[in-house]
Amino acid sequence: MSPVELKAIKGRGELRAQPPLPVTRRTTLRGTLFGNELLTTFRRWRTLALLAVLAAVPILVGIAVKIETSDGSQAGPGGGDGGPAFISQITNNGLFLVFTALAATLPFFLPMAIGVIAGDAIAGEANAGTLRYLLVAPAGRTRLLLTKYATVLTFCLVATLVVAISALTVGAILFPLGDLTTISGTQISFTDGLGRAFLIALVVAASLTGTAALGLFVSTLTNSGIAAMATTVGLLITVQILDQIPQLHAIQPYFFSHYWLSFADLMRDPVYWDDLTKNLGLQALYAAVFGSAAWARFTAKDITA
Amino acid sequence: MAPYESDDSTSAGEADDLHPGRRKAARYVVPVAVVGVAAATIGLVPALADSGDPDLPKISAQQLIEKIAKSDVQQMSGTVKVTTDLGLPDLGGLESSLTSGAARGSGDGSSADPSTKLTELATGTHTLRVAADGPDKQKLSLLENAAEYSLIHNGKDVWGYDSQSNEVYHSTVADSADAKQKQDETPATPDQLAKDALKAVDDTTSVTVQGTAQVAGRDAYRLVIKPKDSGSTVGQITVAVDSRTGLPLKFTLTPASGGAAVIDAGFTQISFSKPSASTFDFKTPKGAKVTEDDRSDHADGSLKGADKGAKSDEDLGKGLDGLNVIGEGWDSIATFDTGGQGVPSGSEAGGGAFGGFLDSLGDKVSGKFGSGTIFKTRLINALITDDGKVYVGAVDKAALVKAANAG
Repeated sequence: MSPVELKAIKGRGELRAQPPLPVTRRTTLRGTLFGNELLTTFRRWRTLALLAVLAAVPILVGIAVKIETSDGSQAGPGGGDGGPAFISQITNNGLFLVFTALAATLPFFLPMAIGVIAGDAIAGEANAGTLRYLLVAPAGRTRLLLTKYATVLTFCLVATLVVAISALTVGAILFPLGDLTTISGTQISFTDGLGRAFLIALVVAASLTGTAALGLFVSTLTNSGIAAMATTVGLLITVQILDQIPQLHAIQPYFFSHYWLSFADLMRDPVYWDDLTKNLGLQALYAAVFGSAAWARFTAKDITA
Repeated sequence: MAPYESDDSTSAGEADDLHPGRRKAARYVVPVAVVGVAAATIGLVPALADSGDPDLPKISAQQLIEKIAKSDVQQMSGTVKVTTDLGLPDLGGLESSLTSGAARGSGDGSSADPSTKLTELATGTHTLRVAADGPDKQKLSLLENAAEYSLIHNGKDVWGYDSQSNEVYHSTVADSADAKQKQDETPATPDQLAKDALKAVDDTTSVTVQGTAQVAGRDAYRLVIKPKDSGSTVGQITVAVDSRTGLPLKFTLTPASGGAAVIDAGFTQISFSKPSASTFDFKTPKGAKVTEDDRSDHADGSLKGADKGAKSDEDLGKGLDGLNVIGEGWDSIATFDTGGQGVPSGSEAGGGAFGGFLDSLGDKVSGKFGSGTIFKTRLINALITDDGKVYVGAVDKAALVKAANAG
């Protein structure tokens, strides 16, 4: 945000002292525009249901691994491929459930949740007929769009942390914790492991920024929230399928999902940064391209609803 | 996108007033410009970075080879990218299940066994990490998707760790001479590949220094090794040698038929500082399945061999009875008699899908020797005659037929 905008927000904060007016959220300027958006988004049942689904994934994985290994056998197919990354390590250290849960949710559950929130951002308002009232407030379209994007990004982070914290809790309850072995075979302390888990959660959240920008752009194209969500999730599935076709290997490095699983490189010792930086660069590129496309569309659009 | 009302009304608005419409369209220049800048950056930055081959004092091939021989890099760590393209069909998962199945069959079930893992390098692109600190501490890691295979040599112990399956392979070496040998078995470091290639230097080979290159940010000489005979499928071998330490940094083998390199192994990043000691520390992780290797004691191994991994070696040995090598240098062809029937052609194999499959793998040839089938890859060709003789070499089809005619 520019200094001017920051000042504007600060200025509006003075109004916070006033008693809340008994009117609907849009006509009040309670808090900042961003704070207001956050509150609206995270108070929706839809959002809470999405977060609940995300929190359930590590619980299911944890219980499944616990039951499978209750007779003392190894988790996962011994020696073979299959199953999400790190799954064979969970029984030895509950912290690995965090990595497994993120690896399991990143390809689909997390981006789907982002697609729903991002697709709904503008189109949902238009659908409900509240977009024009939002624009009546002297905020400007660019700032509204930025606020919407910031809200979606916050949701990315919150969703990832919900998965990580749920996984950590389940892992701590069901499995032992302690020093862990990196995938390079070296030992790191539990605190170091926790630090890496947090870093991985941040990287996973950052991996979703491209999807968020794409969803926001789609959202400015239509006035139907459902259509925007369906399109975003549809694009996501299409890209994931295309990423599996070997004949397309020349263009695959430019798919936003191509380097998603590179977060696992943080568990190498020393960390292998190549794919991680590629991933972050790619996400920044998607955010810039689709963010500016969304800006071009939204600021030029006639708002009829 | 779905035709919703606002889309229509936008165009209606544009029709009313052309000027604002054009201004609206102008906004789309921004995302297009971002795409353009990104594309230009992706296209230009590597080109700019590559532009200058370093200026190094002239050096003869002899001096350069000596430099390599004298090279004594004790401490280093780096990332190596290995691309192998033998022209074999990419069997993907099937291949890995075949190789692991084969390893199982020979008695040792551990996916952490080095020989199982290193066969994976035969196709595709792989990223490896190497680290070394003196003769007693080395580490080689094969980077996989969200997993890693590490081979750690620290003092007396050699550990193999497969993080995917959480399996550990352990063997001991008597002293560092043995460890050296263990290292020799891993073919992928540029250093080793270069030394192997230089062994083949004789009358049949031309070795020259051709220009310089930048490898992993270091200035390097390019040593070009070419077979003098025309029958070889090897086009040329290029070794990039670090100008300061004499360490080979990149090894490229291009086939005579042209196209992409068959083997391309090179450092993408290298550092000559001492790797941290923890790199070589390996403690068996909790819950890991450990396979102790009793083959390391070879005197004993021959006894136990019957039910252990040596069994397959024995079979192989039987198959290689009567192995002859025809010719020398690059054109040498290995030949042996399987005593069998050769490869049945499509019709003999009962026709149908299986016969067609066999025929599609090889080309039928005939000559004075009779007839046979040639199996081709981009580097190694093999001729199996119908009376069961096999000729294998890094030579072209004509040379194989000639050898068969002579033999």
